[in-house]
Amino acid sequence: MAELLEIRDLRKNFGALAVTDGVSLSVGEGELHAIIGPNGAGKTTLIAQLSGQLAPDGGQVLYGGEDITHLDMAARVRRGLARSFQITALLPGMTVLENVALAVQARSGSSFRFWRDAGGEEITNAQARAALEEVGLADRAAVLASALSHGEQRQLELAVALATKPRLLLLDEPLAGTGGQEAERLIALMQRLKSRLTIVLIEHDMDAVFQLADRISVLVYGAIAATGTPEAVRADPAVRAAYLGEDA
Amino acid sequence: MSRFAPQIAPRLKAALAILVLMALVPVAAHAIGDPFLSVIANRMLVFAIAALSLDLILGYGAMVSFGHAAYLGFGAYAVALGARWGVTDLLAQILLGMVFSAAFALVTGAISLRTRGVYFIMITLAFAQMAYFFFVSQGSLGGDDGVALQGRSTLLGLSLDGDVTLYYVTLGALALVYAGLYRLTGSRFGRVLKGTRENSLRMQAMGYRPFPYQLVAYVIAGCLCSVAGVLLANLTEYVSPAYMGWHRSGEMIVMLVFGGIGTLTGAMAGALVAVGLEEVLAAFSEHWRLGFGLALVLVVLFSPEGLTGLAKRLGIGGKHG
Repeated sequence: MAELLEIRDLRKNFGALAVTDGVSLSVGEGELHAIIGPNGAGKTTLIAQLSGQLAPDGGQVLYGGEDITHLDMAARVRRGLARSFQITALLPGMTVLENVALAVQARSGSSFRFWRDAGGEEITNAQARAALEEVGLADRAAVLASALSHGEQRQLELAVALATKPRLLLLDEPLAGTGGQEAERLIALMQRLKSRLTIVLIEHDMDAVFQLADRISVLVYGAIAATGTPEAVRADPAVRAAYLGEDA
Repeated sequence: MSRFAPQIAPRLKAALAILVLMALVPVAAHAIGDPFLSVIANRMLVFAIAALSLDLILGYGAMVSFGHAAYLGFGAYAVALGARWGVTDLLAQILLGMVFSAAFALVTGAISLRTRGVYFIMITLAFAQMAYFFFVSQGSLGGDDGVALQGRSTLLGLSLDGDVTLYYVTLGALALVYAGLYRLTGSRFGRVLKGTRENSLRMQAMGYRPFPYQLVAYVIAGCLCSVAGVLLANLTEYVSPAYMGWHRSGEMIVMLVFGGIGTLTGAMAGALVAVGLEEVLAAFSEHWRLGFGLALVLVVLFSPEGLTGLAKRLGIGGKHG
């Protein structure tokens, strides 16, 4: 498997606290790589550095062989690196369709167009609808994003990320706060996406992680405690002690 | 619940109604023999243009500028300077005002947009006050006192000396500015601006860099406001630094609050109401600002979305755009 993402000795300190403490990791093209770890292990901080939201203090991030450590978020998105947010970050005062259409617009033509009605762009809307269709939100296209249920907002998060046409998707707890059917639908969606995208998944739902992941890395106190297939990680005594607990 | 209105959006209808009503004012003023009515109405139109331009950045871009009156001043001084340099055509003076405004907005906007929230408010105020004191210090332009114009501008050879002519030219300018901003806020550019207002981080995660869009909006708003300045100077035949003082910037924000921000129509209605209220209250008492303040408090408490919110509740349109 060719490596799509390679993280080399990444470091980030908040004051005296090493939140990312020399993380090295590689994710192959087409792989679904889950990162698990207890609360405060630095998972979201790691994603923030991969997406360009936070600048690391040291180390390198290579994407498709290119050093993207110092690129900003917009530049990374244009290279096909999209993320979803743990705490839902949408455009609440705009419709569901507009939320996704803006993501389509970002990669298709200039946005310095001042006259023509953006709402009437059929090609943009069609692509946005396709992304909504994919996550199962098509019938909610005309609703304001703020009017969606929590689970639907998680779906919209994914639709927006997909609409950027990513090659690598960073998903930060896509299942957080969802339950039952909603969670099942999202898991089924990730299962489908897995065949065409590379995914880095942070998730607390262990059933989902072990069901979806090709490989799992365990992050403890900002460092990788173990990396391997789900079976290997499940059997790793260090992981059981540090994270999965006695009864795992 | 669709926001894509089938034919004409309610707020567009409301705007057209306002423009048509305003078009009838000179006729009514003539009928009742009170020409001063037209002058007040003309003032309303001028400030409606200014408020519209502010709504682009404040309402759609969430950039609360407390220095927008500076551009009113640049427009007004473009008339005074233009006349001095032998440029008396309105369009040429508007162009001159836009050049001043674009230059000022480009430089101060690029710096101001590095800040957020209350710092943005303060830095825009500071820049506008610098412009204010610059003109106060210009003795050749009358300094603090300002300067009376020799006469009004001409429009492609047409004299604007007649109040009615100037009135309809102003109304035409207002209609154009409204139409332009209506298109702009519905365009790709407008969407990016609104998206950034809603959530800048989300926009970056979609692949946008908000800064250039915000800066361009800031420059456009300044240029459009200078059009109001050019017309204001023609209306009063007088140009003074007072046009660009911070009071004036504050009044423009009040107009938006009265009308409701981020709808364009609200900005227009708010300007009309604010100028009208000022005239009515001033006729009663020299302490009219007290009544004005009271009205503002009532609006903020009971209809935070201004007239637009009120209209929405009464079911007569004016949706948030």
